Amino acid sequence: MTDLVELTVAEALDGLAKKEFSAVELTEAHIKEMDRARELNAYVTETPELALERAKASDERRAKGTAGKMDGIPVGMKDLYCTKGVRTTACSHILDNFVPPYESTVSQKLEDAGTVMLGKTNMDEFAMGTANLTSYFGPVRNPYKRKGDDSFLVPGGSSGGSAAAVASGLCMAATGSDTGGSIRTPASFCGIVGCKPTYGRCSRWGMIAFASSLDQAGTMTRTVRDTAIMLEAMAGFDPKDSTCANVPVPCYEKALTGDVKGLRIGIPREYNPDKGLHSDVRHVWEATAEKLKAAGAEIVEISLPSTMYALPTYYLIAPAEASSNLARYDGVRFGLRVDGNSLDEMYVNTRTEGFGKEVKRRIMIGTCILLEGYYETCYLKAQKVRRLLCREFEEAYKKVDVILAPAAPETAFGKDDDSTKDPLVMQLYDVFTVPSSLAGLPAVSVPAGTSDENGLPIGLQVIGRPFDEETILRTAGVIESMSGMSVRPLRVGGK
Amino acid sequence: MSYIIKGETGDWEIVVGLEVHCEVISKAKLFSGAATAFGAEANTQVSFIDAGFPGMLPVINHECVRQAIRTGFGLNATINKKSIFARKNYYYADLPNGYQISQSDMPIISDGYIDVDLEDGSTRRIGIERLHLEQDAGKLMHDQHPTKSFVDLNRAGVALMEIVSRPDIRSPEEAGAYLRKLRSIVRYIGSCDGNMDEGSMRCDANVSVRRPGEPFGTRAEIKNVNSIRFVMQAIEYEAMRQVELLESGGRVVQETRKFDSVKGETKSMRSKETAMDYRYFYDPDLIPLVLDDEEVERLKREMPELPDAKKKRFMEDFGLPAYDAGQLVAEKETAAYFEKAAAGHDAKKVANWIMGDLFATLNRLGKKITESPVSPENLGKMVDLINDGTISSRIAKDVFQFMVEEGKSPDLIIEEKGLKQVTDTSAIEKIIDEVMAANPDKVAEYRAGKDKLIGWFVGQTMRASQGKANPGMLNELLKKKLAG
Repeated sequence: MTDLVELTVAEALDGLAKKEFSAVELTEAHIKEMDRARELNAYVTETPELALERAKASDERRAKGTAGKMDGIPVGMKDLYCTKGVRTTACSHILDNFVPPYESTVSQKLEDAGTVMLGKTNMDEFAMGTANLTSYFGPVRNPYKRKGDDSFLVPGGSSGGSAAAVASGLCMAATGSDTGGSIRTPASFCGIVGCKPTYGRCSRWGMIAFASSLDQAGTMTRTVRDTAIMLEAMAGFDPKDSTCANVPVPCYEKALTGDVKGLRIGIPREYNPDKGLHSDVRHVWEATAEKLKAAGAEIVEISLPSTMYALPTYYLIAPAEASSNLARYDGVRFGLRVDGNSLDEMYVNTRTEGFGKEVKRRIMIGTCILLEGYYETCYLKAQKVRRLLCREFEEAYKKVDVILAPAAPETAFGKDDDSTKDPLVMQLYDVFTVPSSLAGLPAVSVPAGTSDENGLPIGLQVIGRPFDEETILRTAGVIESMSGMSVRPLRVGGK
Repeated sequence: MSYIIKGETGDWEIVVGLEVHCEVISKAKLFSGAATAFGAEANTQVSFIDAGFPGMLPVINHECVRQAIRTGFGLNATINKKSIFARKNYYYADLPNGYQISQSDMPIISDGYIDVDLEDGSTRRIGIERLHLEQDAGKLMHDQHPTKSFVDLNRAGVALMEIVSRPDIRSPEEAGAYLRKLRSIVRYIGSCDGNMDEGSMRCDANVSVRRPGEPFGTRAEIKNVNSIRFVMQAIEYEAMRQVELLESGGRVVQETRKFDSVKGETKSMRSKETAMDYRYFYDPDLIPLVLDDEEVERLKREMPELPDAKKKRFMEDFGLPAYDAGQLVAEKETAAYFEKAAAGHDAKKVANWIMGDLFATLNRLGKKITESPVSPENLGKMVDLINDGTISSRIAKDVFQFMVEEGKSPDLIIEEKGLKQVTDTSAIEKIIDEVMAANPDKVAEYRAGKDKLIGWFVGQTMRASQGKANPGMLNELLKKKLAG
């Protein structure tokens, strides 16, 4: 029998259905693996007892014939989903020991589908980061290593813990959240599939907010099929989130036909700059386009002229919203409180100690942008550019069905690389992911090859029309099968 | 009548705009399902949304939206098909999220007016700039602990309608009339109970002074005044303060002031108000509020008759003078009482009884008109009994008091107490004869030319009839008999 942690979600569901193993066995195998791979720092809170309890209940449901669509599947939960009775911190000191008395809609839906939560995964503090270096609980290690080099590589961020856990068999699938690339970048760096569905596809209720108009829940799995299974379980209308769309959720698995004949795939000129795109990434992108063409797709060069403004636009809107969203962390009602001699002093002390450097930086920027004067020149202008970007995508989708682009400009980098010291350089890693975030479009990052230079995985991004996750998953499925990438997890710490 | 402050250097006119916060009548808060009852135990009506817990999201309560629309119709205003909620950001312990959800440049209601009646019988039209929906904050309690302040979040998130007038108000009297009219309208609609003493209606007054005809002066904002009388006093005081300041060569600073109702003064509250930047931006957790045309139309159709229309109708249908009609429609319940009492009876007389004896009685008993011991039907009946001569107006006063005390119908009271008016000539003549026989000296004096004694005779004979003699007949017969 194959090692249980190496199975895909689809395979595990099959095995459970055939009674080849139980949910308890599946969960135990993952708990053992989590113990073995502590060095990755993928989880910040582990819940083995709760997991075994749920696994047992899952087996009972299966015995009774009432199993859900993902019954018995061990999953990791990004630490920004509020989980009832389980500490939830968004990896910030300011939410020290915050135990939510409620369950987020997404995690509830996954529980309702029968999944077994193994614990809360590490992430950048309040999802602000591209390398998982800003977590209060320390960085996450990418299970991948460069060829002939043992140095500590980052998993990408902000959903770095989820990506590392999925890539190394510490769970079969995990939730992520994507504000400007927080699912797609780590998916690309860790060689897994990461899907940010359309804004409004999944409820944000119970998700700790970073930037409300951009935050979107999504999936991190080892295969496109697993993504299809998980997304169907997570997605859907929720009256508790005013921005959640009342659009029916299709069976995504059915969309995976493996056929791209006649599909019009757009290659945006602006995503291929002379500088700032690693040649290996460009090579994988071009090669994949060629292969898709060979499979019957039509490759169309398109232009999204405002792409170059997307990054500065994102870095105005997201911090502005964050500065307001994070105002509630004031030490009054929950989380950390550092006393002071007055109310204002208590606020200052609490927030000074509670927030990390990157979060403070963004709160400061966001606060400034909303001040009179800057609001008109920065914030309103950014909103205009955002609408322009949306229109350009709309125009593009008159000519093409999906857009193919790199997910990240480079492969995973080292934790101590010089680039990690400069927040402005770090922002450049979001350059290909933020345009679709600003436009609210669905996008999936799928492993498409590896770097010749360092052997690290390279992900490509398929961006679709609003609520057309089916077509991006269908395309991603074909890329996956053409890439020859292994879906087996990377074992850490030896067997 | 213009209100002018006579300063030492000449005349001054005052300019006032009012911002009124009306707590919306709704079972649940503006963006959460938590209850909104007044006076509940601290922190028992708080949802995780109101307390600003992580991951919580606001969802608009459509009943609050409907209340705003109804009020918009009541203010003769434009109902904006699309409005947007924005965040007003500031830190305070009674504001859990660190921002208040309000509306900024896209309010749900704009451009309306209300007409207010003044004591001299004139009417003034006061413009309404806007009405927007926003969340109330919680309440801090500083008297529960020697060193700590306590926070009660029951009120946090409760829906408020902020109604902003144009700077059209020119006197304390107009301000009072405006507030009374506004309160009357929201009460008619049922969108706010208008109880200023409970804080469900609160008023900020922007006051400035200027020489007549000149541009607006610098204004001061008097915050949170909690009665109509105090608003009028505060405006009067503040305007005088500004005039004295300006006349002594000073300048009015734009600031927030507080009204001290004990001393009757306004005091500077905080200058930081001017330095405050609320960093308004559209709330990304909410989508624009787009109204459904059909629903707006339906709400318009279902609007109750409002004070102005009712007043007009009372004048036309019942022939009431404007003043009486205005008095009777001010409170919805009074108008309803009047309509019931006047149905099929002498409306003018009914109106007089309501505004006279009934109001006085209710005042004395501390009761609302809905709790009146005299039912409107009985009052109407009593007026009929006066008009058909069964009782005199004088006896009616007694009958009314018995009705107040016993709650019985007037005919029953008249029957039981034998208060029916005496209109039988011979019965009245008999009483007169007795009085004259008992007072021959007075009769002699009268006949000797002391005409004034007629009043004394009327009193005596009326008393002898226990007030039941028809006064007209009594007078006539008495004169005839005394004349010999």
